[in-house]
Amino acid sequence: MTTHAADTTPMGFGSMRRKEDARFLRGKGRYLDDIVLPGMLHAAILRSPHAHARIVSVDTSAAEAHPKVTAVITGETLTGLGLAWMPTLSHDVQAVLATDKVRFQGQEVAFVVAEDRYAARDALALIEVEYEPLPAVVDATRALDPDAPVIRDDLHKTDNHIFDWEAGDAAATDEVFATADVVAECDLLYPRCHPAPMETCGSIASMDPVSGKLTVYTTTQAPHAHRTVYALVAGIPEHKIQVIAPDIGGGFGNKVGIYPGYVCAVVGSIVTGRPVKWVEDRSENLMSTSFARDYHMHGEIAATKDGTLLGVRVKVLADHGAFNNTAQPSKMPAGLFHVFSGSYDLKAAHCAVTGVYTDKCPGGVAYACSFRITEAVYLIERLVDVLARDQGWDPAELRMRNLVRPEQFPYRTALGWEYDSGNYPQTLRKALDLAGYAELRREQAERRARGELMGIGVSFFTEAVGAGPRKHMDILGLGMADGAELRVHPTGKAVLRLSCMTQGQGHQTTFAQIVAEELGISPDDIEVVQGDTDQTPFGLGTYGSRSTPVSGAATAMVARKVRERARIVASAMLEVAPSDLEFAKGRFHVKGDPAASATMAEIAMAAHSDLELPEGVEGHLDATCVYNPPNLTYPCGAYVCVVDVDPGTGQVAVRRFVAVDDCGVRINPMIVEGQIHGGLADGIGMALMEVLAFDADGNHLGASFMDYLLPTALECPSWELGETVTPSPHHPIGAKGVGESATVGSPPAVVNAVLDAIGVRDADMPLTPAQVWRSMQGRPLRTDVAVT
Amino acid sequence: MQVPAQFEYERATSVDHAVALLQRYGPESRLLAGGHSLIPMMKLRIANPETLIDINGLDELGTIRLDRDEHGAQLCLGALVRHAELLASAVAGEHFPMFHDAERVIADPVVRNRGTIGGSLCQADPNEDLSAVFTALRAVAVVQGPDGRRLVPVREFHVGPYQTVVEDSEILVEVRVPVRPGGGSAYTKVERRAGDWAVAAAGAALWLDGGRVAEVGLGLTAVGADRFGAPRAEEFLRGAPATEESFAEAGRIAAEHCRPVADQRGPEDYKRHLAGELTVRSLRRAAARARGLEA
Ligand SMILES: Cc1cc2nc3c(=O)[nH]c(=O)nc-3n(C[C@H](O)[C@H](O)[C@H](O)COP(=O)(O)OP(=O)(O)OC[C@H]3O[C@@H](n4cnc5c(N)ncnc54)[C@H](O)[C@@H]3O)c2cc1C
Repeated sequence: MTTHAADTTPMGFGSMRRKEDARFLRGKGRYLDDIVLPGMLHAAILRSPHAHARIVSVDTSAAEAHPKVTAVITGETLTGLGLAWMPTLSHDVQAVLATDKVRFQGQEVAFVVAEDRYAARDALALIEVEYEPLPAVVDATRALDPDAPVIRDDLHKTDNHIFDWEAGDAAATDEVFATADVVAECDLLYPRCHPAPMETCGSIASMDPVSGKLTVYTTTQAPHAHRTVYALVAGIPEHKIQVIAPDIGGGFGNKVGIYPGYVCAVVGSIVTGRPVKWVEDRSENLMSTSFARDYHMHGEIAATKDGTLLGVRVKVLADHGAFNNTAQPSKMPAGLFHVFSGSYDLKAAHCAVTGVYTDKCPGGVAYACSFRITEAVYLIERLVDVLARDQGWDPAELRMRNLVRPEQFPYRTALGWEYDSGNYPQTLRKALDLAGYAELRREQAERRARGELMGIGVSFFTEAVGAGPRKHMDILGLGMADGAELRVHPTGKAVLRLSCMTQGQGHQTTFAQIVAEELGISPDDIEVVQGDTDQTPFGLGTYGSRSTPVSGAATAMVARKVRERARIVASAMLEVAPSDLEFAKGRFHVKGDPAASATMAEIAMAAHSDLELPEGVEGHLDATCVYNPPNLTYPCGAYVCVVDVDPGTGQVAVRRFVAVDDCGVRINPMIVEGQIHGGLADGIGMALMEVLAFDADGNHLGASFMDYLLPTALECPSWELGETVTPSPHHPIGAKGVGESATVGSPPAVVNAVLDAIGVRDADMPLTPAQVWRSMQGRPLRTDVAVT
Repeated sequence: MQVPAQFEYERATSVDHAVALLQRYGPESRLLAGGHSLIPMMKLRIANPETLIDINGLDELGTIRLDRDEHGAQLCLGALVRHAELLASAVAGEHFPMFHDAERVIADPVVRNRGTIGGSLCQADPNEDLSAVFTALRAVAVVQGPDGRRLVPVREFHVGPYQTVVEDSEILVEVRVPVRPGGGSAYTKVERRAGDWAVAAAGAALWLDGGRVAEVGLGLTAVGADRFGAPRAEEFLRGAPATEESFAEAGRIAAEHCRPVADQRGPEDYKRHLAGELTVRSLRRAAARARGLEA
């Protein structure tokens, strides 16, 4: 099923074409690199060729002598300004430009500012850096060896340990395992992968020497958080900083954090007195910006002999790279990983996560992963399949019998989360029916008899999105709540200002539709403003599928405030008490007298007019709101993937993919499905081809799109979508986030299908032809290192 | 955005002019054909030529034609024929379906619209597809330099990874493929994803004489086969019955004599396995085509 937009704009929810697409499809989007400021200079970054090396000397004299070079900034320059190091999002520091050592290949060493980008790039070759190479820590599983080189001597550390963190009840879980009839265990690597947005990261910093105001145009999903960080890091007063995010060509978490190049651009503008643009190239994006995943997991699952799941136990080794810069709620060093009990009614669960430093790029930010729920869902959905295989149970049936039941909601998990709503069996049943599961199993048996390898993979996921509430969730002390501001102009057209920032999700349409639903103003008449800190209220931005759950709620609430104000204005217009008025989309009318009414446009004009308003009521029609979510929302979904594997080559063809998503109320079903399509493609990418591997010296083996493969339309089947709708009970419009659902839920479905086809218990992603063939031989590859 | 270093630019107006420009600018100059290998290398600054000599205006190098003379027929492909043109060429596909098999899986439409067969051969990437195809077909390269034209069998064209017999002041102008009736050909490639370079690929051209193999050509890419060839497997097949057993043995021999190197596309044993498996598949298909059982 694919939903198409209606030709007429709905007055509220419903499929409509995306308002932003008129400019995107015509190539008229305005991205960072389209911006040209008068007198603007261009910058390039010199990066480390080594994964781990001491810096002996940096000689910039030849580069400075280049006729077009205006400034060369090094770690030493920044040390003088107190800016050589910056805080990370996880209580660590990260080098802006290396001073003592380089700690990953591609680390920033020097920043050249020149008249054009060619000259800036040419001058990099003129900088002489003498390195004293050190042994690199590449294999996370060896990072804690006693003889492992110490990466963070700047912190006076004596090992590469970052943190230990636990969740769940260890004793209760051990108890469950001790008495269980059957236990299955499995090592699972969720390899390091990259968000790889089409537009790379970049920034233009412009310090106005007259006003002392810093304007930063930048590719950011979280403009307000960036502004505060610049204020804290650079000591510039926050009211003198304006962060502007223009159109963003994909983010996927890659554009949450602040990168060294951004800070350098600010310094460059201060030093030269001119705007400085820095835009990274593709290799820089793949080598130095936030990666995702990199979880080495050992999972165990316990069950009774009749197939009732009892508990899950997991140990994780988390590779955080050279600086701990993972982005997640500060109090949760493994993000929301502890939703790994998944969609099942378990007695007990426990995880122990250890974070380690390696000589790899820092990051680990939410890449379409809802703060590590991707890893959690992969873990539980693989474990369930491994158990089913060991016991000869049908994986779909095993899931069905253990799903949390509808009457158990709100459901408190063994790990302490309160799932808000869902009808899991209904969702799974729908997916199995759409897929024709029983028929597929019959076909599979027939094909097997002919020596053909067909696989069927099932996954069921529960997402947890819409972070806060603020008391549990913050980043750098900033609580995860978001603002909205709505103004209805005298003629009844409106402007909505939001703290979140679209990167392609269609915010300009979806959020206008929420206002339309509440006020009856056409979405075409509502301008959605975002991405400019001088024009929008504070909030933490767009990641972790939080825009609809948080900013969407803020939008509904602010629209309701405006509606209540409109009621008072209408009561003055119609000369009745406010309580005598009824709202029907777009107008208030007197109860029992539909003819006595005022439209929103009439009310808006009256609110700005000479109409006498009741005592204490201000004029105009506007409101602001800050939404602090009471809980996360918990979307869910059931996925069925069908693959065919070529037994002679190990090539996988995804024949079918059925996805039934429940994200609560769908505001714009077409946009929702678009988000799901993208996430499913992403899941195929991660399951079958995407990985950032490193060789023994720490060389990055995925630094171009020839090496880091993204899926294309040719690897994607025609998606078969379905839906169930269980509204979130605590969300003003019952909506749940959906941006990352499919990315979270699809990789295990694909992996389960491939392993089902080849009859192998476990093998790590990506399941490239080589990995599939080697797994069939009983010799799977380790996918995070160089293939030998 | 990746940006190349500075370079001079010249546009050739004839093959002779191109050769003269090559002589004038010397070894630091490079011919620019489709640019889909050269320009990415320049952007990554792996290649830093001082001068680019653009041959895209040389329409005379862009034709595909069937030539008949006293030695028989040959398919002549100009060096500037684009991948997309070869893919669309009915005459090429009619005589050698393996051209279409290969072109369907070389890169993506955007690259195929610009990339040329001459550039592909001259780039001499050890994972390049057409080199294996031309090797299987025993094609002959026509190279022009200051002293005129010379013919080089494609099996002697490559001297190593990224190295060919084409001298600094020479230009590849044409590739000729002898056409003989009674044959079939096929090309099979394993890639990690559409548009990716080969993990391994094999091409086979087969001529049958009743139930026997009258003549055969094999080409392998990405598996460290010497000059993209599998001469021992060819030797074994020549005169052998055109059966599954023979093809399996030929595959085994081809696999044994290649020297694949592990990389992120796959380990050595897998590539070696593919060398055999894909040789068999291409032979099987080529035979079916020779027998008129398959298009
Ligand atoms: C994304 C991508 C994917 C690709 N995938 C594949 C693939 O799967 N399989 C595959 O085989 N190829 C692949 N290629 C390579 C593609 O086929 C290139 O187009 C081809 O290798 C080079 O052809 P070109 O005309 O672009 O050559 P150019 O880049 O213009 O030139 C390449 C080299 O050949 C020299 N040269 C060019 N023409 C001549 C001539 N007439 N005489 C002498 N020297 C000459 C140039 O000076 C240069 O050194 C891929 C390329 C890209 C960008």
